[in-house]
Amino acid sequence: MDTLLQYFSGMFGSAWPLVWSLAKIVAIVAPLMLGVAYLTFWERKVIGWMQVRIGPNRVGPWGLIQPIADGVKLLLKEIVIPTKSSTWIFLMAPGLAIAPALACWAVIPFNDTLVLANIDASLLYVMAIASIGVYGIILSGWASNSKYAFLGGMRAAAQMISYEIAMGFALVTVLMVSNGLNLADIVRAQDKGMFAEHGLGFLSWNWLPLLPMFVVYLISGVAETNRAPFDVAEGESEIVGFHAEYSGMAFALFFLAEYANMILIAALTSIMFLGGWLSPVGFLPDSIIWLFGKMAFILLLFLWFRATFPRYRYDQLMRLGWKVFIPVCLVWLTVVGVWMMSPWNIWK
Amino acid sequence: MEFKTVVFYALSAVLIFASLRVITARNPVVAALHLILAFFSAGGIWALLQAEFLAISIVLVYVGAVMVLFLFVVMMLDINLDRIREGFWSYLPLGAIVGIVMVAELGAVLGANYVGVLEADAPQTPAGTSNTKALGRLIYTDFVYPFELASVILLVAIIAAIAITYRGPKKTKYTDPAKQIRVQAKDRVRVLQMPAEKQD
Repeated sequence: MDTLLQYFSGMFGSAWPLVWSLAKIVAIVAPLMLGVAYLTFWERKVIGWMQVRIGPNRVGPWGLIQPIADGVKLLLKEIVIPTKSSTWIFLMAPGLAIAPALACWAVIPFNDTLVLANIDASLLYVMAIASIGVYGIILSGWASNSKYAFLGGMRAAAQMISYEIAMGFALVTVLMVSNGLNLADIVRAQDKGMFAEHGLGFLSWNWLPLLPMFVVYLISGVAETNRAPFDVAEGESEIVGFHAEYSGMAFALFFLAEYANMILIAALTSIMFLGGWLSPVGFLPDSIIWLFGKMAFILLLFLWFRATFPRYRYDQLMRLGWKVFIPVCLVWLTVVGVWMMSPWNIWK
Repeated sequence: MEFKTVVFYALSAVLIFASLRVITARNPVVAALHLILAFFSAGGIWALLQAEFLAISIVLVYVGAVMVLFLFVVMMLDINLDRIREGFWSYLPLGAIVGIVMVAELGAVLGANYVGVLEADAPQTPAGTSNTKALGRLIYTDFVYPFELASVILLVAIIAAIAITYRGPKKTKYTDPAKQIRVQAKDRVRVLQMPAEKQD
């Protein structure tokens, strides 16, 4: 591997760092896009099974080519641009929706050393970039020049901003107990403690001492990605959503963004509360496979929620965010603060 | 030219262009969007100066929260451009004076120390120190009183905003979820015993 790298670095000369970074970005984004495609397939299959149906099974063996067929169909469809819409902003909005979902992956650590950009404040970076995702939705609603799309965009944006606050508070407790903002350090901090020394690592992870925060983060994550039961932004069956005027690939980009965000939330939850790449028990080695396993479990939860819960009414959704989650976060923030100052501090 | 210099000039060019568009754009939403772009490029320039916390927090606070609410308001307002433009020439002298005074003040503050900004060495922090941590320590030790004072001012602003917009308790009918959950069949359904009537 090293000789191969040296050969290539000789070939590209001074442009090598750029080429190498680009190669690493492709190595993250390409599997991510494939993951998005097959997450849609998995979603349809799982929900099908939960509802005693078969799910997609026509295209390819067990329907495995279905997402590719869907993608090709959407690519070939016409993108209709409404007259009197702001064309530039109308076309820019899907890009603004998906770009933050991809940019966040720059700082996600896959194992102890495997990370694209190991920056110091990676947790803050993720929060900052993820907060930009809301522009895609607001602008698509506004630029469509349609009242339904506009109202849908406003609804979605208000929801995302409300739940971002609860999410931010959950992350504050995580950074308090791990004494650092670097995501890799947050994982390493979960490898210490009484249970980890006895080979029961999964009891030392943040989910147990920060259980209320874990629950708040997970549910806010579902709301943040506008997934059922918080999908009032889209409400496929009865409400008109922010992408009412979009068609073809422009519409598909919103979907890609939603699923990429789901995978991102799953990765962040695994890293911050479920010990990232750490193995749950002492006799098995730490590996990137654990991270993928944890992400797959959380993604399954997302699909399970969708198949189980009826949609929240808009005022109930806002009430949950502002009057339940934020007070819970504030109380637990204080509890953790006092806990860390007390002699029973377990995060030393 | 070094790579950093190229990035600096690119970000500055975008920043200046975006700021100009903020004041020249006809559509207020487009102006707000350019303001967002300006904030973002300013964050990039701060990141170049190794002020990572400031760079990320301008994106997090201004781009991610403040400007979203700004856009909300701007999008929903029905702004009549001709009415706004009416008094442009009569306001220009006053505006120009205020602008010149502000530029002069900024120049006086910054110029004293940083006239040779290109020649000056960027402050080098030793590897492994995080300025987020350092900033946090300073805020909660040396500058704790100014910091608390600032938060009290914000709290006053929040309460004032609520006091201005609060219009008394709700008079409309609304449902209380706690009551809805506690409801039982006997509260809603009344079983009546009625003797059968004979028809004759």
